[in-house]
Amino acid sequence: MGRVGTRAILPIWLQVFVGVEMTAVIVAAFLYVPPADGFASPECARIMIFHVPCAIIAVVAYIVSTVYAVLCLTRDEMASDVKSAASASLGFLFTALATVTGMIFARVEWGTAWNWDPRETSILMLVIIYAAYFALRGAIPNAANRARISAAYNILACLVMPFVMFVLPRISPGLHPSEVSLSPEYREALVGAMLGYVIIYVWMLRLAVRVREASLARRR
Amino acid sequence: MSLRGAVAVLVKDARCELRSKQAISAVLLFAVTSTIAVSFTLGMIGSDAAVASTLLWVVIYFSAMAGLGRSFAHEEETYTAGLLRLAVPAESVYVGKLAFNFLTLAAVEVVTVPLFVLLTDCRVARVGAFIGMLLLGSAALSAGATAAAAMVSRAASKGALFAGVSFPLLAPALGIAIAGTNAALASSPAGCAADMRLLVYYCGVVITASLMLFRCIWEE
Repeated sequence: MGRVGTRAILPIWLQVFVGVEMTAVIVAAFLYVPPADGFASPECARIMIFHVPCAIIAVVAYIVSTVYAVLCLTRDEMASDVKSAASASLGFLFTALATVTGMIFARVEWGTAWNWDPRETSILMLVIIYAAYFALRGAIPNAANRARISAAYNILACLVMPFVMFVLPRISPGLHPSEVSLSPEYREALVGAMLGYVIIYVWMLRLAVRVREASLARRR
Repeated sequence: MSLRGAVAVLVKDARCELRSKQAISAVLLFAVTSTIAVSFTLGMIGSDAAVASTLLWVVIYFSAMAGLGRSFAHEEETYTAGLLRLAVPAESVYVGKLAFNFLTLAAVEVVTVPLFVLLTDCRVARVGAFIGMLLLGSAALSAGATAAAAMVSRAASKGALFAGVSFPLLAPALGIAIAGTNAALASSPAGCAADMRLLVYYCGVVITASLMLFRCIWEE
């Protein structure tokens, strides 16, 4: 692994852009986007603008973490382990946010915060996978063993996740609507939020990698 | 991978177990106690096929958690893991341990399942499918639990960690086994066949991935 650099984590213009863009998304979510028809609480449906990108980023972060886990095992390098763990930590954060925003929406829309809907259960499984991944990492003292074993666990958990998608609809019927007709303002706000969340994820990932690299360099 | 090595690991574990009877007696006692506790509760409130199949697999799952985690931890505690690494290829160790874990779980089920059926007065509509589901479900639990046990054996706190690390890997198999057993109890051949196919796919994916990853988990 190379020396910890002093380069900017994200170009300044991109930092300014995401600040302005996300402010615009938040303002638009409350002032520009109209209440959504077909929901029990049309006003509360605005939470989708923040909930959906959170859930998508949580899954993307897990896939990125698994890709780096594969690289860690095939190339046998610690840098990939650092990136894999950093992406997993962000995935855990976004999964928690998606769970909380989803529970708020479920409480208003379906009457209870938790309904064992297949998508709710999938995100809960992701929370448990992340929690187990970090518990395993924390319990292995040797750095090389920790990198290899946690990468193997990450890959194995990723491979069994598709079975969850097959099984859950058989156990419990879904409450999430399969088709939602939203106004164009909603789609614009969702696309804007998605773009902002992607940039924030990349920013936080680079920051988390830098922090972990500095921590490793300090230990040496 | 050497098949002779895998058989040697299985025979070694079986001989050690027959001499000490530590794992099997503890797991059997746990399984029988929990079966009686569950049956006692069910006897008072009554049950349908869905409740009975869920509780049966909960008993089997926790019995697996009580016993299968020992397979690798014992090698580390008695300092025989190093010798095993020198004597047998990593893949043979996985296959040998997997076979031993499957046989242990099958031995537990030989006692607990008839006891459960007797005590809960549970009607099994399709006996062949029920036994097939138990065998496939046990193979799936053993496949995931053996890989998890190997990972946890290198960690500092093995006992508590094993259940947490295993659950995300085993949850899909547990869900499929419950749905399939419910179908076998309620005489639904189509559902049972679909779940058996899913369990075969699950075993194929987990065993293949574990064989590919096991060298990274097992070797120093």
